[in-house]
Amino acid sequence: MDETVAEYIRRTVLKMPRDEIKMMLQKWGFLSEAQLESLNFHQIKDNISQEVVQLCEENSADIKQAAVLDIIYNHIYQNKRMWSVYQMKKSEEELEYFDIKDFKKKFKGRLRSALKNVTITFREYEDNAIWIRVAWGTPYKKPNQYKPSYVVYHSQTPYAFISASVLKSNLPLLCQALIVASNYHDIREMELRSHSLNSLKDIVFKRYSQNFQTHYPKSLQGGDVEPESADRRIVHENRSEKERIHRLNREVFGDGPQPKLEFAQYRLETMFKSDPKMDVLDRKEPFRCLVKFSSPHLLESLKSLASAGMADAPLSPLLTCIPQKARNYFKIREKKGLFPESFVSP
Amino acid sequence: HLATSLPLPSERDHLRPRIDLIVFMIDIKSKYSLKNVEASLTYVDASFFLGKVCFLVTGVGRVSACSIETSAICKLGEAYCSPVLFCELELEGIQVTTAQRLLRMLQICAGHIPGVSALSFVSLMRNSDDD
Repeated sequence: MDETVAEYIRRTVLKMPRDEIKMMLQKWGFLSEAQLESLNFHQIKDNISQEVVQLCEENSADIKQAAVLDIIYNHIYQNKRMWSVYQMKKSEEELEYFDIKDFKKKFKGRLRSALKNVTITFREYEDNAIWIRVAWGTPYKKPNQYKPSYVVYHSQTPYAFISASVLKSNLPLLCQALIVASNYHDIREMELRSHSLNSLKDIVFKRYSQNFQTHYPKSLQGGDVEPESADRRIVHENRSEKERIHRLNREVFGDGPQPKLEFAQYRLETMFKSDPKMDVLDRKEPFRCLVKFSSPHLLESLKSLASAGMADAPLSPLLTCIPQKARNYFKIREKKGLFPESFVSP
Repeated sequence: HLATSLPLPSERDHLRPRIDLIVFMIDIKSKYSLKNVEASLTYVDASFFLGKVCFLVTGVGRVSACSIETSAICKLGEAYCSPVLFCELELEGIQVTTAQRLLRMLQICAGHIPGVSALSFVSLMRNSDDD
């Protein structure tokens, strides 16, 4: 077995938490049941990984199998990576039958014709997701297995989720291979990024609970109002205000859990509006400014801002449109017209 | 009675008992909180400031998250001649102690403690350096 493959397998096993190693190796299926039973999972990880490498040596593992193990790890720990969403466009609207073999062949063909040194691995999962791992090399160097790119493609949709490696120069090639393989003719990067892959899927597949305009003002006291504190000695003076905020929140955010995003970024290119006497800028140029909101769970924290008393309800539509518009990167420019308000550019 | 800001909604005027103590809670992590309190103070009748108003600053346990200067709050307390209490409500022990302090103040403000009135708070506020 190649030394580099051995080292790669060893490092991949070291990344795994100790109580999950057995499960991941079982999913991998490369080692037999007997071999797995022979492993001692109660020793330090260093020793476990050495034993795993020895067993792989017995089975003559090559880079292809090692890459599969890496996909398995990254599928379970997908939230450690930053994912971007790409949308593909078809020229005609015909529904073509998706053939996975054809897809793989075209993808590999396109990449290999441009770059000889690549490692391409596929793995399919139940939710129609195809995971693709690509390790990049150069015409003179073998692929760098430690900085691969991952693509998650749902065949019935025009969306691909890409976690690019640091080597961003390979991104155009990756995109090209994707559209060729999936029979689309164009691909564009959406302004939507997050660590939570499932949340990105929820947003683009519209799987989160959306708000619906209610035309009938609900006058029920039942499920609408937040549960009052059990202690009847506490009197809430602003109950109608609380109810208003609660109703607005429900209208805007819906009832269910929000998709998990970590930040929203607004790039402002708007004119600085100041007292004309102050005349801050000599030239009438737009003020450039970047506003970034970050949170472990941005949408949930926005949802709780008004009820926590930290902001007025309703919130700015710039914040609440994030799931509907499927974007968390915005560019705001001056609106040229009668109303000197800013508008959101595509 | 809990309110998010003043003035209190008028529709509940008839249901409200006499107010003996107003505690303004300021979250030291939120500038919005201080602004809200400052705006609400203008709706309080002057007679309350004879010992029936108190400022309670919460969230002081997390030093790194402080958004408001304590000097600004102390100035506010001096300007309105009212005591300022600092606490951290996330710690149950301090929660209980603070509640007991407020309850004691309330008993005095409501006139339940013979010999001590709310005016005592005002005189206790004066620093010995002032004289």
